Amino acid sequence: MTRWMDEEAGPVVRPYALIGGRTRSSGDALDLVSMITATGTVPPGGFVPGPEQERILSLVSTATSVADIASDLDLPLGVVRVLLGDLHDHKLISIGRASASERILKEVINGLRAL
Amino acid sequence: MDFEPSDEPVALKILIAGGFGVGKTTLVGSISEIRPLRTEEVLSDRGIGIDDVEGVEGKHTTTVAMDFGRITIREGLVVYLFGTPGQERFWFMWDELSYGALGAVVLADTRRLTDCFPSIDYFEQRGTPFIVAVNCFDGAERYEADEVRSALDLDEDVPVLLCDVRRRVSAKTVLVTLVEHSLKVLTAGQH
Repeated sequence: MTRWMDEEAGPVVRPYALIGGRTRSSGDALDLVSMITATGTVPPGGFVPGPEQERILSLVSTATSVADIASDLDLPLGVVRVLLGDLHDHKLISIGRASASERILKEVINGLRAL
Repeated sequence: MDFEPSDEPVALKILIAGGFGVGKTTLVGSISEIRPLRTEEVLSDRGIGIDDVEGVEGKHTTTVAMDFGRITIREGLVVYLFGTPGQERFWFMWDELSYGALGAVVLADTRRLTDCFPSIDYFEQRGTPFIVAVNCFDGAERYEADEVRSALDLDEDVPVLLCDVRRRVSAKTVLVTLVEHSLKVLTAGQH
């Protein structure tokens, strides 16, 4: 995305214009640290991912968290959630559901100690 | 040999709470890679008198900038650190931040111990595992961890430790103490 950005005025295209003024979508419940991965599926007929969604899809070719996606794209979290909701509705991304197990926590403890 | 079904990527969330100026950002910066995040707040009645919307009455949201920290343990295992917003008007973000969190570090400053009461109350009520880390500021009188524990009326099983969040090794000890505590809470819940 070309960043026609003026620090004072803000972006020329307001974030909510990117998502058609919507503030609700199936992505609302996405946690900040949900891991998003592209499924590699071809977009179904009738759905053309927008430029931001294309950027998300290339970013999540390896699993990336919602917070990192918003940070990398420099878009507000709410906007990213709506964009992700659309991608998920069209089965273009999968949402990781893995949670902390005893084994994972032990690995984190060892990893932190080794920092 | 213990085979795991799959190595799905895992991201864990740790909260860093405590009063304004207690060293939350310093702690995150000592130990992790800092990343910016934009989020938005719905302007509510609570903002009246604080957020001047005169002339822009159509404006219902405002952008809130925050930072978070990222520690990559290995590919597919990442720990995220989120500082909880200090001002009361951002309390709505706490529920979102604490959802699914592994645990919380409540940073305390002995010169203003009451500042961390709201955080402690919040995590106690939600059942989020937490520890109290007393950031030892230069020139502040030193107290033992047990003195702080009794001043805060904490349960025996809540770890309390002294730290200097400017030092990476100290920040590391704080996080290890929290994850060990969360592990203890997790395994206790399984029996």
